[in-house]
Amino acid sequence: MNKFVIKNMNLYYDDFHALKNINMNIHEKKITALIGPSGCGKSTLLKSLNRMNDLVEKCTIKGDILLDSEDIYAENSDVNLLRKRVGMVFQKPNPFPMSIYDNIAYGPRTHGVKNKSKLDEIVEKSLKSAAIWDEVKNDLKKNALRISGGQQQRICIARALAIEPEVLLMDEPTSALDPISTTKIEELIQELKKDYTIVIVTHNMQQATRISDKTAFLLNGELIEYDKTVNIFSVPKDKRTEDYITGRFG
Amino acid sequence: MSSKSFEYFMKGVFLISAVISVVAIILICLFIFTGGIPFIQEYGLKHFLLGTEWKPSNTPPSFGILPMIMGSIYVTIGAIIIGVPIGVLTAVYLSKFCNNKLYKLLKPGINLMAGIPSIVYGFFALVVIVPIIRDIFGGTGMNILTASILLGIIILPTVISMSEASLKAVPEGYYKGSIALGATHERTIMSVILPAAKSGVLSSIILGIGRAIGETMAVILVAGNQARMPARITKGIRTLTTNIVIEMAYAADEHREALIATAAVLFIFILIINGTFLIVRRRSKN
Repeated sequence: MNKFVIKNMNLYYDDFHALKNINMNIHEKKITALIGPSGCGKSTLLKSLNRMNDLVEKCTIKGDILLDSEDIYAENSDVNLLRKRVGMVFQKPNPFPMSIYDNIAYGPRTHGVKNKSKLDEIVEKSLKSAAIWDEVKNDLKKNALRISGGQQQRICIARALAIEPEVLLMDEPTSALDPISTTKIEELIQELKKDYTIVIVTHNMQQATRISDKTAFLLNGELIEYDKTVNIFSVPKDKRTEDYITGRFG
Repeated sequence: MSSKSFEYFMKGVFLISAVISVVAIILICLFIFTGGIPFIQEYGLKHFLLGTEWKPSNTPPSFGILPMIMGSIYVTIGAIIIGVPIGVLTAVYLSKFCNNKLYKLLKPGINLMAGIPSIVYGFFALVVIVPIIRDIFGGTGMNILTASILLGIIILPTVISMSEASLKAVPEGYYKGSIALGATHERTIMSVILPAAKSGVLSSIILGIGRAIGETMAVILVAGNQARMPARITKGIRTLTTNIVIEMAYAADEHREALIATAAVLFIFILIINGTFLIVRRRSKN
């Protein structure tokens, strides 16, 4: 099943052509990795899936991005509903400067959940799904900025899960973390695959091989190769992909 | 002169500059407290602070400054009620909603507000606000309400500039994090950005309080200046600062000392306000 279908998509920042004629399908409940050197457009592609590019001035998109066959850039599409369905985790952990509980409850409250016991339930479930419940269950009132970076990132994942998204976008979620935290997050991502479609941007090719089912290689705004991760890393079809994964540039 | 001795020389210049301001503040403290404390000792602290009668020309004279303390507190609270909501919301608008063109018009305007001499504000209030209040509530139009509105306007630039700076200093990640959860721009600002900037906003309010309680020349024109306990907001009052200015020119002996003691009380108010400001700032850094 395709969750996202991207058709002839072109993206411009002012007159800079950042993404060139992208065509790709993102499969439901699989992990899709986007790799490529800095500036290749992988983060831009990720951000166009929940329209975070709308925040960038002079960003224009042509072509179609369909989520469950609906055009997310259609005029009548509700961008806040889209972002509820397509959650995002950022490179740098960005919990809000409030308690752990309020961080997780923020999303559900935004979308109208007011009942205290319902919120308690959501908070517990989300923290459990993000594999951090045991570490913080006695500190729910603690300010989320007072825990470690790795824990903060899992709080951010829990916060994204609390609004029950269908897709989780992750923009280099471990690049600011130490190796132990990275391992924890990677295990968590594997676990989340059961229920969520995950798209992850990563700089780390080992990470892509470890966790993803499919990998897309981008270069200068073009989608060079998109295939099963095993194929990309063992028998790449394109010379440029091979050069990149063997470390000849990037 | 060799470069080494030039360095020493310049170091000395910087040191002296720094010392001058410290010496100035020490001298001010000395003057105010040596001038004020003997009077307070003689007259009695309780009588002075809690006395409700200020009648320097009676025999025997009475020097109770409670009316002025209450007057200062009333107009300051009034200024906060009027100035803070407007100031904070203006700061939110400037930092998160305003387009570039309008910003370039508004921002210098607000900076200019900070530079206008307070007597000009007072004059404005006298010819514009006083008649309006007089028409609505009757009386002279010079009262707590008028002074509060005036002070509310005077503290605006203080509140706006500092709140705006602290709103702008909120990390971009908070904004994006909230938007990515499907929250609207407005909800993000009111529920995430503004709370994140709260210590800066609180600091701006405390500075505004300091500004309001210390304001003199503008208040003197519109507060009515009656030295009596505040009754209603449509009645005139006198503040600590105006009490000093009005009577200093002709006061002598005990009366003069009583005014210096009034200044000492005002000074202690300011110390408390600045102390609170420092505590808030320190807490926000941790």
